[in-house]
Amino acid sequence: MCSEESRCQPPHFDQRRAVLKGAVGVASLPLIDLAAAVEPNAMRPQAGDVLIHAQGDRRGEVITVADLELGGPQQLAWAMDPQTKTVRDGSRLNQVLLIRLEHEELSPETKTDSADGVVAYSSVCTHQGCDVSQWKAENKMLLCVCHRSEFDPKDKAAVTFGPAPRRLPLLPVKLVEGQLQVAGGFRGKPGFKDM
Amino acid sequence: MQRLGRLQISAAVLLALGAMSAVAQTADYSPVTDARLVKPEAENWLMTRGNYEGWSYSSLDKINTSNVSKMVPIWSYSTGANSGHQSPPIVNNGVMFVSTPSAQVLALNAKTGELLWKYKRELPEDFSALHNTNRGVALYGDKVYVTGLEPVVIALDAKTGKVVWEAKMEDYTTGYYATLAPLIVNGKVMAGVSGGEFGVRGFVVAYDSETGKEVWKTYTVPAPGEPGSETWEKPDTWKRGGASVWMTGTYDPDTKLTFWGTGNASPWFGDQRPGDNLYTSSTIALNPDTGKMVGHFQYHQNDSWDWDEMNAPMVVNFKKDGKEIKGLVKPARNGYLYWLSRSPTGIEYVASTNYVKQDVFKSIDAKGRPVYDDTRKPATGKKASFCPSLWGGKDWPYEAYNPKTGMIYIPANENHCGFLEGKVQEYVAGKWWTGVDIPDIGFVVDKSPPYLGALQAWDVSGGKKVWEQTFKESMHWGPILTTGGGLVLAGGTNDRKFRAHDAQSGKLLWEMGTNSGILAPPSSYSVDGKQYIAVVSGWGVDAQYQQGLINTLTGWKKEVPEGGVIWVFGVPD
Repeated sequence: MCSEESRCQPPHFDQRRAVLKGAVGVASLPLIDLAAAVEPNAMRPQAGDVLIHAQGDRRGEVITVADLELGGPQQLAWAMDPQTKTVRDGSRLNQVLLIRLEHEELSPETKTDSADGVVAYSSVCTHQGCDVSQWKAENKMLLCVCHRSEFDPKDKAAVTFGPAPRRLPLLPVKLVEGQLQVAGGFRGKPGFKDM
Repeated sequence: MQRLGRLQISAAVLLALGAMSAVAQTADYSPVTDARLVKPEAENWLMTRGNYEGWSYSSLDKINTSNVSKMVPIWSYSTGANSGHQSPPIVNNGVMFVSTPSAQVLALNAKTGELLWKYKRELPEDFSALHNTNRGVALYGDKVYVTGLEPVVIALDAKTGKVVWEAKMEDYTTGYYATLAPLIVNGKVMAGVSGGEFGVRGFVVAYDSETGKEVWKTYTVPAPGEPGSETWEKPDTWKRGGASVWMTGTYDPDTKLTFWGTGNASPWFGDQRPGDNLYTSSTIALNPDTGKMVGHFQYHQNDSWDWDEMNAPMVVNFKKDGKEIKGLVKPARNGYLYWLSRSPTGIEYVASTNYVKQDVFKSIDAKGRPVYDDTRKPATGKKASFCPSLWGGKDWPYEAYNPKTGMIYIPANENHCGFLEGKVQEYVAGKWWTGVDIPDIGFVVDKSPPYLGALQAWDVSGGKKVWEQTFKESMHWGPILTTGGGLVLAGGTNDRKFRAHDAQSGKLLWEMGTNSGILAPPSSYSVDGKQYIAVVSGWGVDAQYQQGLINTLTGWKKEVPEGGVIWVFGVPD
């Protein structure tokens, strides 16, 4: 359990692997401790999770491709385990932004991890951790509310303006029987490095 | 209040460095008393603005107009931090304390730059803040006090840097954070909170300096039934009304009142919260022992321009129509320079004049209340342009007052305007909640502006501008230091320079490029009879953000490198 005395370790994007290793007894002791420290709602989005609206009138409802306006803006979302209905909102660093663009607009590498033009990224700015919750329609850029860093959703969220030091981690998504799902962990560590 | 437990100790990474030499240099650390804070010695710089009155003035005069041209760096020290450094070097009998972004505190030998101890704080992994800066430490007794972003107030042992206590001010997940230096009067450690863009309700809180126990807490937006609540005409708007307190207060030992500035009303558009919205964009007078609000002055009612009036006024006496007035002076973000009077019963308006171009106020009445040009007031679904932009005639960088020249010195910004159009945004705790999206925040400068930044000198009693130095291709983000040697010192420009001007004429006497841009207040002190000028260079936050916008609008490609360095200057013997 995560307790004050043990200090909760930050969940990592590869934590499911850690859980599995711990379960079969091949991991080192620290790895087992790490897995045990993460509550399901604090785990990063996992392959097979569905995505739900994080705010607005439809908060908590599962997001479909049709819910996303073609060409933006982005929608903020949480991942949810479809079996247990556990919403992974136990850490801000789990929050995801979803955006639907023309498939042809996406860079080849971005296409690989997209589904029907939908791409997903961490919504936490890599500069100071603020929300990338705003949309600059004129050049189709994702925008951080704090210091105006801009990220290109068509190109793996590359930084195009502002002080952010690196792109937003991409979250692969896929369509399974028409349902939008997470296809794997974040491609990078969400959040920022302090100082 | 949170007592320090094992968790907090493990969260705070404390580096014990050079133990023997550090102990030797701090063993005879001079406790800071109330009497010393009321009359700080010339050789020390005991608080953010040098004295309780907020003058940013040092009476030291060994570095002066005749020899400042020979000034050279004596030592420097890298803080190891990026982003905007806004903390002055605080000095107490040869020991210097500097805070950096994310509430790191460095203690150094003020003569040599040798590190004595360092306190580093680990932020929660999910923390974020609009401004991660820190604006300085406060000294009292044998402790050093600093605010942490979360927001917390932390007391450190001045000799070792070990945490003595820490007190949680509020819950950061709801948008609160803290960046200001505490103000300490009569053993009360006072601090306020930031978060005016996230729907917070501002307050000032005081803790016992020894124990960290909360003594009082005064909200800057009144609840129903409290005085001023009638100015929140729409139910419940007060709950998220803003009026954050993100700059350190000043104190008048004469009236025994502290003065605090308050930030913008929240959300930004006045039609969403009808009424004057006290005590937003105001100066409030608080009793430091009880927190009781004794008086207030609101610079502009029903704010709709994001013009925070967060800076506390300087406590300065001046003459008006031949009469000596116990006063307060403040260059406001709304572009006007105010002269107010202070007394044990409150604050009264005396006079004002605009110090930059301002097109919103048609007039100001005898009580100091402006009459607006409503075409310049943005609202929900109504776009309006206005000058100056939301960064104001000046932002937070401190002005200064020199009692020898009788002048106040203002880091001003001119020739920039803004436009806004409001909308109703869903409130989500801890999320941006201003009523406008970032891409829709309008900022306008000419393609080739006559100038942007300015250093202005005003006669405190005559009410007239005496001189002005302008900066054609840079805003001015530099807090001012003025000295008994007849100098005005500041950085603040995008060319990384630190400058010394003649306080009488404004003439540039000395300048030097530093590692980065200077946003921090300079300070002055002496050790073994030798005077030093100190400042931290480290560009970031709003100045950096605004520079990006100006580059876009003008086609400039001005890049200012990041990275904090403490610089200490002197004149060769």
